[in-house]
Amino acid sequence: MNSRLIFILLWLPLASLAQGFAGLGSGAEGFKLPETNPTFQFPSDDGSHPDFKIEWWYLTANLQGADGQDYGLQWTLFRTALAPKDYEGWSSPQLWMGHAAVTTPDAHFVAERLARGGIGQAGVTADPFEAWIDEWTFSGLDSGAVLRAAGPNFAYDMAMYAIGPRVLHGAAGYSVKSADGQASYYFSQPFFKIEGTLQLPLGDVSVAGEAWLDREWSSKPLGSDQTGWDWFSLSFDDGSKLMGFLLRGDSVFTQATLIDEEGTPVAYPDGAFTAEPIKQSQVAGRDVPTTWKVMLPDAGIDVVVTALNTQSWMDTSIPYWEGPVRVTGSHTGRGYLEMTGYE
Amino acid sequence: MIAVTFAALWGHWWRSPLQLFTLLAGLALATALWSSVQAINAEARASYDAASATLGEVQFDRLVHRDGLPIGQDTYIRLRRGGWLVSPVIEGRIGDVRLIGLDPLTAPGGMAPIGWSNMNDLQDFILADGRIIAAPDVVLDGVESDPAVAPGTAIADVGTVQVLLGRRDEFDALVVRPEQPLGQASLEEIAPELTRQVAQSGSDIGRLTDSFHLNLSAFGLLSFAVGIFIVQGAIGLAFEQLRGTVQTLRTLGVPMQFLVLLIVVELLGLALIAGSIGVGLGYFIAALLMPDVSATLRGLYGADVVGTLELRPIWLASGMAISIGGTVVAASTALWKLSRMPLLVGAQPRAISVIAGRGEKAQAAASAVLLLVAFVLALTADEILTGFVLLGALLIGAALGLPIVLRVLLDGVAQYSRGVIASWFWADTRQQLPGLSLALMALLLAMATNVGVSTMVSSFRLTFVAFLDQRLSSELYVTAESPEQAAYMVDFMTPQVDAVLPIMSAQVQISGRPTDVFGARNHATYRDNWTFLTAGLTPWKDVHTNDAVLINEQLARSADLQVGDVVSIGEQPLAIAGVYADYGNPIGQAIIAEYLFKILFPNVLPLRFGLRLPLEDVGAFVEGLQSEAGLPASSVINQASIKAYSLAIFDRTFTVTAALNILTLSVAGFAILMSLLTLTAMRVPQLAPAWAMGLTRWQLGLLELFRTVMLAVLTGVIALPLGLALAWVLLAVVNVAAFGWRLPMFLFPWDYAQLGGLAILAAGLAALWPALQLARTPPADLLKVFSNEQ
Repeated sequence: MNSRLIFILLWLPLASLAQGFAGLGSGAEGFKLPETNPTFQFPSDDGSHPDFKIEWWYLTANLQGADGQDYGLQWTLFRTALAPKDYEGWSSPQLWMGHAAVTTPDAHFVAERLARGGIGQAGVTADPFEAWIDEWTFSGLDSGAVLRAAGPNFAYDMAMYAIGPRVLHGAAGYSVKSADGQASYYFSQPFFKIEGTLQLPLGDVSVAGEAWLDREWSSKPLGSDQTGWDWFSLSFDDGSKLMGFLLRGDSVFTQATLIDEEGTPVAYPDGAFTAEPIKQSQVAGRDVPTTWKVMLPDAGIDVVVTALNTQSWMDTSIPYWEGPVRVTGSHTGRGYLEMTGYE
Repeated sequence: MIAVTFAALWGHWWRSPLQLFTLLAGLALATALWSSVQAINAEARASYDAASATLGEVQFDRLVHRDGLPIGQDTYIRLRRGGWLVSPVIEGRIGDVRLIGLDPLTAPGGMAPIGWSNMNDLQDFILADGRIIAAPDVVLDGVESDPAVAPGTAIADVGTVQVLLGRRDEFDALVVRPEQPLGQASLEEIAPELTRQVAQSGSDIGRLTDSFHLNLSAFGLLSFAVGIFIVQGAIGLAFEQLRGTVQTLRTLGVPMQFLVLLIVVELLGLALIAGSIGVGLGYFIAALLMPDVSATLRGLYGADVVGTLELRPIWLASGMAISIGGTVVAASTALWKLSRMPLLVGAQPRAISVIAGRGEKAQAAASAVLLLVAFVLALTADEILTGFVLLGALLIGAALGLPIVLRVLLDGVAQYSRGVIASWFWADTRQQLPGLSLALMALLLAMATNVGVSTMVSSFRLTFVAFLDQRLSSELYVTAESPEQAAYMVDFMTPQVDAVLPIMSAQVQISGRPTDVFGARNHATYRDNWTFLTAGLTPWKDVHTNDAVLINEQLARSADLQVGDVVSIGEQPLAIAGVYADYGNPIGQAIIAEYLFKILFPNVLPLRFGLRLPLEDVGAFVEGLQSEAGLPASSVINQASIKAYSLAIFDRTFTVTAALNILTLSVAGFAILMSLLTLTAMRVPQLAPAWAMGLTRWQLGLLELFRTVMLAVLTGVIALPLGLALAWVLLAVVNVAAFGWRLPMFLFPWDYAQLGGLAILAAGLAALWPALQLARTPPADLLKVFSNEQ
């Protein structure tokens, strides 16, 4: 067989050598770059920004079943552009990728879709809001939102409604990623109630819980030395939430946003938020930290974050770890953890 | 000590360059044949892999339009949004090149030459002036060459190809990924005009041509076996001569294991040299044969194989491995005997027949067992593999039994001989037999294979000619490019010809087998020319009046159907009225009446037509078609030219095996030559008494010549029935297992006589030189036998 057909194997190590994780540290080549002091317009900024190279609509949810068991759910749509100018039809430079996952304490289900832009197979419309790829869909952002995805052995059909506002990260939505100043536009909508049915091999499960949507777009978000990140979204039982990430490169760069129950954010600069691995697990042949000590002393946060299922490996074209977590310590609660760049 | 021992051992080869040459030449020739066959096979297989991968039609199910129309792009989007993981494919021709458009993001693994892996490659492939990747044999400006693409094919992004072919927003097929998600909407809901074509594992190109390649490999293996016989002989005799040296070295203090090790090292070195020569020679032979092989495969199976040979490591490695492996096998028994030799036993060269006598019983037993196995398998074998096991058992059993049969024959003749010379001659022949037996076995195998394969080929050709006459009974065949043109042509042609016979077909499943079903018009052409393997009393009448169906042999065999059984197409029941032969077709075929076909498949419109008209009117009519109807020349095919083309293809099919046959026979002749030359040295003490008693040296030489020719004749007599048995196995077992159809066996006595003559000539030529050498032995050498010096 043609050696060029070996999709994954050669790509990542080479990419991470010179271009940061998943090539996100490679050049911007004519794309727009985020600027400081942005002003966002909604609903139009809920949609797609083809002038920017990479963008995503990233939804994660912590759910409980009727039996009291914890579940995690993920629905993600990535857009990446091969060139700054957009065209209709097959010459469109937009490429879309969808990831869907369901995590239980014993199992982790993953599905991936790929689609060309410009032909209608995938896309995002801002008003009314719909993000879709094949039959996967995320439509609506206020009340009556619908979330659907399916894989060969799992599926979900959920209803959501928002109970809080959008939250801008960094400086009014301008989120810096390294000391050299690489940045992206980044906001979240972390206040969703979600309920619905998970179709799993052992049977259907009715679940309900909370969901968190991340929206981010940029053209060169990483420095070329940055090999990956660890991203935490934690929802505490007292109603507040914490978003924190740690970028691993020649040096470690951290950012965090503390969100109160009303949705008011407080941004913390590099160094204020720290996360240290406490325990490693063998996941997909790699050593991945699955228990972390997360601290934001300025806010009195000192917690231990533990993965619900250490084997939450996203076995996709670009693999990474993503799964629900439990929080204990100074604050208790649930959340999601994403770890990229572990070889 | 190492150096001295090594020098002593090497000195032996130095002193008998003939043995060294025999060893090297035998091994090299055998390796050459094996590696040339492997080279051809490897090249062909690489092409098939590329073709299968590119087309994807073998590996994956497809969705196609029921009526053969293109699929709209909006249908594709609707399917994807309904949960169908399908990938669009569009195909067309630009000049000679077949252009295929794929979507690298959705194409299942193995189909597209570009993946999600390399963003730069993806960018060039997808964006505006999309890149085209073509097979190395495609000559077009601005295309990139990639040997993994099937021959004659170029691949580009589906959007690029749509633009190049001027067919925006449509596709020819949608490839279905093996894994589909839960909750998928049904096809009837989303796209009722599409139907799902199951992946045709039955027409997998690789499997079809497996038989062809097995055939070739069998020849290669056979040649190699002959070579091993040569090597066995040379090594056996060499070791006999080595005994003196070995004894000397051992009494000087060299340990036995050490000696064996050095001998092994020496042999391996020689095997490496011979193997390298052999592989080089094999590449040369393969390069010569490759264009014929690719033409053959293209014609016979539609398989596209590049006509040039690329140096692939696999057959280089297999050639060397077999050279070394073969030497190890051949040398192991001799080495074992040598290592068991007591230290101080006299190292005189013993009469070879004494050595041979003990092994004979074991050999006879082995032969009997193998022939019994062959007999059992002949009754039960129904797969390619067991067919070849049967062949192997038959050939090896016969080969092992040959010396015993010859000895029995010679014993019988000896009893009736009168006269001193005659008695001595037969006795001497009997004594010579073990030394020559390996060479004679090689000759037997070569001759039997020649008889067997030439019988098979000639039977095939005879049947094929009759088959073509039956199938290509119309004088002209025309193809329209669209249903509208077809309708126009029918109106134009009908008044001018005796009959217009439309050729329309659809693909269905009958008894779970993929089948092409054809609709036949009610016309005398079919009644007059069609022959059946089995049929009712009035098969064509049943087809046209009683909704009966005719099926081909492949379908009958694979679904175990007979005349009188009832099958169904969709809801329509059909009784089988006849089974006909359909050589060369890998899948099932069925024929129903035209009116029934139109009811079952109302949307299929014929684009091909057979025309009946008097032969002398063909030329004028074709001109009329081209000038008045504007039909291009390529759309009109003359039956005579189709037949000639088919036969030409067929003849080339077996050019390869014919070439290998001749090479095998030559190798066998060479084996005889080498055996005789090697024996010559040892013959002197045996012939000296006869010379001393009055036989001249020339008489002795002539007797030697006569002996070899006579032994060859006897071998030939045994080879004939063996070859016919081989032909039967190939026709009745292997071909049936591989293709699903059986050929009748015809006999060709003249061919056999020719072959016999050729073999005797080869044996005679081979014996000429040793006989001459013997005749010119200096009398002093003969005298020395009686003195103490020998």
